[in-house]
Amino acid sequence: MLGFLRRPLVVTADINLNLVALTGLGLLSRLWQLTYPRAVVFDEVYYGQYISFYMKRIFFLDDSGPPFGHMLLALGGYLGGFDGNFLWNRIGAEYSSNVPVWSLRLLPALAGALSVPMAYQIVLELHFSHCTAMGAALLMLIENALITQSRLVLLESLLIFFNLLAVLSYLKFFNSQTHSIKYMGIFTYFLVLGVAAVHAWHLIGDQTLSNVCVFCHLLARAVALLVVPVVLYLLFFYVHLMLLYRSGPHDQVMSSAFQASLEGGLARITQGQPLEVAFGSQVTLRNVFGKPLPCWLHSHQNTYPMIYENGRGSSHQQQVTCYPFKDINNWWIVKDPRRHQLEVNNPPRPVRHGDIVQLVHGMTTRLLNTHDVAAPLSPHSQEVSCYIDYNISMPAQNLWKLDIVNRESDRDTWKTILSEVRFVHVNTSVVLKLSGAHLPDWGFRQLEIVGEKQSRGHHESMVWNVEEHRYGKSQEQEERELELHLPTQVDISRNLSFMARFSELQWKMLTLKSEDSEHKYSSTPLEWVTLDTNIAYWLHPKTSAQIHLLGNIVIWASASLATVTYSLLFLWYLLCRRRRVCHLPEDAWSRWVMAGALCTGGWASNYLPFFLMERTLFLYHYLPALTFQILLLPVVLQHVSDHLCRSRLQRTVFSTLVVAWYSSACHVSTMLLPLTYGDRSLSPGELRALRLKDSWDILIRKH
Amino acid sequence: MLYASGRFIAARAATTFPTPPKGRGPALRGKRRELHIPGHLESPSCDALAGQRTRPSAPLAGRVILKRGRMPPAIGGGLAGSELRPRKGRCGSQAARARGRDVVPEAATRSPKRPARSSPQLEAASRWATLAVVTFLAFATRFHQLDQPPHICWDETHFGKMGSYYINRTFFFDVHPPLGKMLIGLAGYLSGYDGTFLFQKPGDKYEHHSYMGMRGFCAFLGSWLIPFAYLIVLDLSKSFPAALLSAALLTFDTGCLTLSQYILLDPILMFFIMAAMLSMVKYNSCADRPFSAPWWFWLSLTGISLAGALGVKFVGLFIILQVGLNTISDLWHLFGDLSLSLVTVGKHLTARILCLIVLPLLLYVTIFAVHIMVLNKSGPGDGFFSSAFQARLSGNSLHNASIPEHLAYGSVITVKNLRMAIGYLHSHRHLYPEGIGARQQQVTTYLHKDYNNLWIIKKHNTNSDPIDPSVPVEFVRHGDIIRLEHKETSRNLHSHYHEAPLTRKHYQVTGYGINGTGDSNDFWRIEVVNRKLGNRIKVLRSRIRLIHLVTGCVLGSSGKILPKWGWEQLEVTCTPYLKETANSIWNVEDHINPKLPNISLDVLQPSFPEILLESHMVMIRGNNGLKPKDNEFTSKPWHWPINYQGLRFSGANDTDFRVYLLGNPVVWWLNLVSIALYLLLGSTLAIVMQRGVQLPAELEGLTQVLLRGGGQLLLGWMLHYFPFFLMGRILYFHHYFPAMLFSSMLTGILWDTLLRLCAWGLASSPLASSIHSVGILSLLLGTAYSFYLFHPLAYGMVGPLAQEPESPMSGLRWLESWDF
Repeated sequence: MLGFLRRPLVVTADINLNLVALTGLGLLSRLWQLTYPRAVVFDEVYYGQYISFYMKRIFFLDDSGPPFGHMLLALGGYLGGFDGNFLWNRIGAEYSSNVPVWSLRLLPALAGALSVPMAYQIVLELHFSHCTAMGAALLMLIENALITQSRLVLLESLLIFFNLLAVLSYLKFFNSQTHSIKYMGIFTYFLVLGVAAVHAWHLIGDQTLSNVCVFCHLLARAVALLVVPVVLYLLFFYVHLMLLYRSGPHDQVMSSAFQASLEGGLARITQGQPLEVAFGSQVTLRNVFGKPLPCWLHSHQNTYPMIYENGRGSSHQQQVTCYPFKDINNWWIVKDPRRHQLEVNNPPRPVRHGDIVQLVHGMTTRLLNTHDVAAPLSPHSQEVSCYIDYNISMPAQNLWKLDIVNRESDRDTWKTILSEVRFVHVNTSVVLKLSGAHLPDWGFRQLEIVGEKQSRGHHESMVWNVEEHRYGKSQEQEERELELHLPTQVDISRNLSFMARFSELQWKMLTLKSEDSEHKYSSTPLEWVTLDTNIAYWLHPKTSAQIHLLGNIVIWASASLATVTYSLLFLWYLLCRRRRVCHLPEDAWSRWVMAGALCTGGWASNYLPFFLMERTLFLYHYLPALTFQILLLPVVLQHVSDHLCRSRLQRTVFSTLVVAWYSSACHVSTMLLPLTYGDRSLSPGELRALRLKDSWDILIRKH
Repeated sequence: MLYASGRFIAARAATTFPTPPKGRGPALRGKRRELHIPGHLESPSCDALAGQRTRPSAPLAGRVILKRGRMPPAIGGGLAGSELRPRKGRCGSQAARARGRDVVPEAATRSPKRPARSSPQLEAASRWATLAVVTFLAFATRFHQLDQPPHICWDETHFGKMGSYYINRTFFFDVHPPLGKMLIGLAGYLSGYDGTFLFQKPGDKYEHHSYMGMRGFCAFLGSWLIPFAYLIVLDLSKSFPAALLSAALLTFDTGCLTLSQYILLDPILMFFIMAAMLSMVKYNSCADRPFSAPWWFWLSLTGISLAGALGVKFVGLFIILQVGLNTISDLWHLFGDLSLSLVTVGKHLTARILCLIVLPLLLYVTIFAVHIMVLNKSGPGDGFFSSAFQARLSGNSLHNASIPEHLAYGSVITVKNLRMAIGYLHSHRHLYPEGIGARQQQVTTYLHKDYNNLWIIKKHNTNSDPIDPSVPVEFVRHGDIIRLEHKETSRNLHSHYHEAPLTRKHYQVTGYGINGTGDSNDFWRIEVVNRKLGNRIKVLRSRIRLIHLVTGCVLGSSGKILPKWGWEQLEVTCTPYLKETANSIWNVEDHINPKLPNISLDVLQPSFPEILLESHMVMIRGNNGLKPKDNEFTSKPWHWPINYQGLRFSGANDTDFRVYLLGNPVVWWLNLVSIALYLLLGSTLAIVMQRGVQLPAELEGLTQVLLRGGGQLLLGWMLHYFPFFLMGRILYFHHYFPAMLFSSMLTGILWDTLLRLCAWGLASSPLASSIHSVGILSLLLGTAYSFYLFHPLAYGMVGPLAQEPESPMSGLRWLESWDF
């Protein structure tokens, strides 16, 4: 038991000086003058907002990715004691003194710096030489685009870091955990999953192992690669939702139930409302689909024009629209068709699924009605109006059947916020629907409401929920109008479960259509490979010092070349092996395949999906793919030197060429350095000389 | 139906059990059971995995022979794969399968316990008889009540109309390649349809117009799907029950039936897809006799069918992908076969390139050549194409055009964007709505010819009357500052620092001013691309650019579709980024100036490759333009396999003759279950094989059929289904039908194999011998009965809607979402 006492306590430290040096250089290159420029640079304006939201605990919605990356950035702000008080409105705005620039930028910079030794490790794990590994790390070190991207409050360097970490972990056969920074991270995740699946398949084929053993291996892999990431993913969202409990500017996108779970905002209004809608309830009805705009069922005294622009006629009854702002005219009273009273009985009689109701517009006391008249903008659907009796053989058809979509039983009651309901017209069995079209001037550009035939299919735009709700008390119209003006009372709170909130948030993030706006520096994936584009990140307000996202063109070109060489050689070896005429040793071949699968696969899976995306794309989206290409480059070089250079002379010549090539890459890198750090003001002549490609957009001041 | 089943049993008895013709099924089977009982006593376990581990090998071999006698066809194929190593190490199942047919009798002779062979003539005859019955049933169901309803159903309004266009030789535009519509037109022409029916909207009566030729043609092609499916499955599985089951599923599917009965592209498309699949399977089975006549025949037939499929719809690309994958794996095996010289491999490669790439490409191009040759009159599709293209069409204003050659001030012109399918610079008396830039007149691009496309080119500083004969003609030159006045509304083309309606980073372009008087924001510099300053500007040929003088931006079209307020025309913007793209380059098309002499222009005739390229660009843009609207219910790909909602082909009210495109739910849900079962069974077997478990030979045979034959069909299903998830365009239920064909064939193979596996597993019980035939028979009868129930969907129904409880169909409304 005390055996350890018999031997001396020995600590052996195995320090790879290469690694230490690389880490040091990486830190130096990324952390040098980190607080310069002390102004908002490019997308910092975007991520900065979210950091502020985190600091103020305000809920927000960002469709670019899961919240882990944002949270990491915010962690920097938290450690730096940032209070979130900064107006992120303009690129180039000077930071005020309360913004801890250094700590905000520290985490991405650290991630960028650590990617350098990580590249070294990965190539080493792929069983290539230290020299090759060193080459990969040095290329990462001097790549200008990576330096620029890691020195600012941006997510890409974190994404690259975790991508590499996942690959490295898998290689080291630890548990791989691909953290979700942006949804781009999922590509690397699938790659690792794919490689693991192939390995697992080989394992199944390994007949030396027993069934139980194979099963345990597979189970362990499944847990590590599937369960752990899912749990982590959920965890990030959990923390995200825990942190952000206050209502904020993105509330409107979420459902009423979600909004009500946030502090402030809707919750302030809806807390304490009666839960069950009863006959006589006063309610506002919000469309669940909420596209193009979240809006409430609305009516006002104006009527539909007698004749539309295109010559069709209308019923000339009172307009019913959907209105995207809170308004007194959004209030409706739920009425029992068999009784005249508009107040709630004591005890209240709740409305249930399948009940027939009438909806009375609070301010005008007209009843919601639809009839076989074509709607103003959607002539295939029915017009919805508030009925005015003109005595022209158009009787009132104002009975609606309540259909609770998310009911648990057929006797379910209609609940505030929680119930999603459809109104099915009794006479014509059409459904009350938001058509999405904006009415012309006569309808004040509000949204059109129509009655849609049920046979056209179910759609969320037909579903409504009660948002504000109170029991009507007074019978007289004037009193009622006064009552409608009063705020609703507050007491208890209702909370959604985490999973409900998570699934809604996730769904909204995936379906939210970010505006497809063109940006001056947006580019297409094809332009990335050849580095035909750049992004101007920042320009000094007075001098011509500027920061650009610009790659080292030598590295980009040779990395692409390496990928092509790899693919061709791979194909060639494959064919040779198939004909059994290949002289490549088996272990060299397996190394070659593994390196290719991870690096080319990593490149392809981080690059090709962009061709399918319809959003605005920028050069920086290519950086994760580029990292994998850079890893491949020295691997290909070593392979060429080891297996294709036959004689010693050839090998020497080749090494010389490699050295020459690397020094040219260094040269280009130092040349572009002023644009990477933005620390030096250059003359127009110097700037023009830096414009290595005609398509680069370098800012030259006119004087 | 009873008749068919009876025949089927007879055929099966005669073919699957090569017994003396007089032997009746049950009696014979009883005898065999006695024969193999000893084999089973040794291994009662039904678990394949455990069973094989405990079972000693010698009795196993004996058992195999006994069992082989019982179920020859499927096992025959498997045996060939396991016992006889395929020649030249070609490990594809094709070789094994190809030999299957020869091996069965061979195996029979080796087995001493096997009764005397049936005569080959009889076997062949019964084989043909089964095929004939299947084909007859297919034709009978498809042609039954083909003339009903005698009015336009659903998309007949498009494709019938396009057929008429071919007969009238009028040029039109469609998002699909032309072969399908050409064939419809041809069928109509041959059957005496004169192309005079207007095909205006669904529900219009045909009256005296002859439409049966076109419907008959589609039904004819649609009927062939079933014998094709039968042959494919037969070839893949070597099992008659499987083939029959697949054929029955398709025959009795109301969806396939409905889709085959009308003037649509789908029966034609599916015909070519299935023909390609069949010829591919056939040529795979000829793989042991490369370069023989049948081999060449099937290979080139594959190519021809591929061209046909792609020529009907771009969906044909999926079957091309499937054949491509098959060919690559095929070549890979050949390449790895060291007994073949590289020259031979090269020959194989060349043959495939010739038949599967060159031949289809040639045919495809020919289709387009015919299309363009036939349609030589101007029609509704002109505006989609470039000015040069239109000059080919007689009746078009550019045909044999004689217009003033150089642009002069005062000319009335139309300006066309150089990018394909953008159209003409257009304005109309509607303002931009409030909140979208300045409330001024809209400027858009429009694909159709219209008076609102006309603009007058004027000097920026004078407003002289262009018609005044006293003013001398002055030509517009490269670099001049001009003003473009909209002829109908007399407003100037205008731009300013307001954001454009959709492309927010660009500036808005509007029509501004009254009677030609505006402000300095109406001035544009006209530039010719790649020309020197001061040159005149040629109509049609000069590629011009309009640069806004004040803001320095370039007039262009973003190609985005404006919402309803813009009449869904395309957005015009002024882009501040001076990138050289076709979006911002224009040419002058029409040119009217009475003061200039008209010169007959031999307009730049586009070459055929240019026309081909342009047609494709226009089609692709057209396809991308079919975007679903936000607040509308749209069919989603996940709805399809579960048969969530059908399409209404005809009629909506209870008094109408209603036809509703909906899959037979029994067939579709069976297919759905089968795919899940297949994945389960397939992966279990694959893992078992990968673990190196030695399966008994007959299981090995079944596994091969399931994994290889079924795998090909599963691949077909996936290739014809999953890509739709990535498509942004609007989708319809009928897009699923090619995938459904594959899925039904898979079902056939799966259930046949599954029942055989069960029979093998339960071998000791007396049920074993009948379980297979009973299972298949009940599946067949079940689908036939469900067809009897659901046939009104396809053949039409009148009476109350199914929602009403008194409707005869109300009991069949199994899903809320079905509305027939």
